Amino acid sequence: MAELLQHLLNGLVLGGTYALLGMGLTLIFGLMNVVNFAHGEFYTLGAYVSFAALALAGIDFFAALLVAIVAGAALGWLCEVALLRPLRSESIDTTMLVMIGVWIAMQNAELLGWGGVAKSIPHPFPTAPLVLGPVSIAPLRLFVLALAAALIAASWLLIQKTKLGRAMRATFQDRDTAALMGVSIGRIHAATFAFGSGLAAAAGALLGPVFLVYPSMGDLASLKAFSVVILGGLGNLPGATLGGLLLGIAEELGAGYLSSGYRDAVGFAIIILVLLCRPSGLFARQERIA
Amino acid sequence: MTRAGGWLLAAGALTLPLWLQSTYHLHVAIMAGIFGVLAMSLNLLLGYTGQLSLGHAAFFGIGAYTSALLTLKLDWSFWPALAAAVALAGAAGFFIGRLALKLRGAYFVLVTISFAGVISLVSVNWIELTNGPLGLPGVPAPELGPWSLRSKTAYYYLVLAAVGLSYLVCRRLVRSRIGRALVALRENEPLAESVGVDVTHYLVLAAVVSAAMAGLGGSLYAHYTRFVSPEVFLFTYTVTMVIMVVAGGKGTLAGPLVGAVLFSVLPEALRAAASWQWQMLAYGVLLVLLVFYLPRGIVPWLAGVMLGSQAPREPDSPPARR
Repeated sequence: MAELLQHLLNGLVLGGTYALLGMGLTLIFGLMNVVNFAHGEFYTLGAYVSFAALALAGIDFFAALLVAIVAGAALGWLCEVALLRPLRSESIDTTMLVMIGVWIAMQNAELLGWGGVAKSIPHPFPTAPLVLGPVSIAPLRLFVLALAAALIAASWLLIQKTKLGRAMRATFQDRDTAALMGVSIGRIHAATFAFGSGLAAAAGALLGPVFLVYPSMGDLASLKAFSVVILGGLGNLPGATLGGLLLGIAEELGAGYLSSGYRDAVGFAIIILVLLCRPSGLFARQERIA
Repeated sequence: MTRAGGWLLAAGALTLPLWLQSTYHLHVAIMAGIFGVLAMSLNLLLGYTGQLSLGHAAFFGIGAYTSALLTLKLDWSFWPALAAAVALAGAAGFFIGRLALKLRGAYFVLVTISFAGVISLVSVNWIELTNGPLGLPGVPAPELGPWSLRSKTAYYYLVLAAVGLSYLVCRRLVRSRIGRALVALRENEPLAESVGVDVTHYLVLAAVVSAAMAGLGGSLYAHYTRFVSPEVFLFTYTVTMVIMVVAGGKGTLAGPLVGAVLFSVLPEALRAAASWQWQMLAYGVLLVLLVFYLPRGIVPWLAGVMLGSQAPREPDSPPARR
């Protein structure tokens, strides 16, 4: 029982960051109709920026997190304006190829810049785990969980309560009508991509100190983000949140009770099974299969 | 491509070992041939059905492992192992095609990536069978009757035969009723369906042939490098195939071959100037640039340049879907 609780808790920590990844991707996918295979690279970027800010520029751990998020959002904005905006009238397959190109280019640029050796991000938290009844958790992981939850809540507020969020939701529902009502689609797209990339960078900067930072870390992150999106349904924010937590817990349970070698297979299996059995996602109402 | 040009190319390819003095150049030619088979295989799906498989390295790897395991563990000789590799990869293609081709576009891509991910994890973790990350060394060189095909020249002709066979299969397929059905599906699926084209049947067929060809490439690769490890599932292989097809011209017969030769020779030629990471970085940038400036690829572009911009289209190169 204690073991199960421990797995659930670890899964929750992982799942919080998966939810961040998935929320960004589901917005980009659902709203812009762009299959962003470079999403994981913004996760990697967040981790490296946070490492650079901490280890090289000597900035405080929490400030480095903020720098990482801002850097992710800025590069996401640039990417949308430079690459996706000129292709907006093209098919989804065309932009997908471009994003695959961006993925390969970013990953190998990171490999060239930082080398293949994994880096670890130093953090100010004590390493002794907090014991809470039957379970224990490292203070760092608790912080990751709390901050992920805070970011999820903030995103939720942004989408539901602000003018920008309302414009985003309108664009998702019907782009042409939204444009007729005075929503600047170009601005919304840029904001969405920047927002999604910022969330991915946040996830990378949060998980960076927990695990190690290396150039190809974004590949699995991308796939996990896609599993989350597929679990939750396209453009479905609560779905992405739940899907993220579900994936994190499923992975922990799979690694704990089945085989740790197949931990990452859980995400793959979810993609295959959900797409084949319930392609609109577990929590979705409408079908949006292209 | 004109008939005379085609014969000239074939004659050049057949006499290539006489021209190339060093075994290193021959090695590049062999790898170009293997990748030519792989690129043609990917093109069947991406170019003719419009579905991108980003898990194509899985079929390549299945072919490589099948061939290596059968010759190493069961002492099969090369030819039946090759046939088994092609068959098993084709079966995997059938499985994926059956399962996935009711999905289109991005969802198909994701299922193929996930399939490759699972297969790759199996190759790492099923140590009793695959020897895990250490891989399987000592895959035997093929033999043809009393002759060993160990020498690079002999292997070159083996690969060349595979390229020729794959090309003929593709041409036969594409110029038949099946190819026209596939193009019709790519261009307008509901319309094709409405005139009685059996969508799933043709898509699965394309997936099976494509996967079987990738398996052929995998087997040839395994017996050439004489070593198989989970690295055959590396995403890099899939990326290379995609670049070759997109650059050469998807949906054309010659495009993948042009792409394969180009992207096998160029990296080797630039090896002194740029490391492998720079090349991969360049691949990424190149993919973006291609989409922007040469979306149909080199072969259709060249055909347009040579015949004037108003040239009639080649029967096997309809416009890329927008």
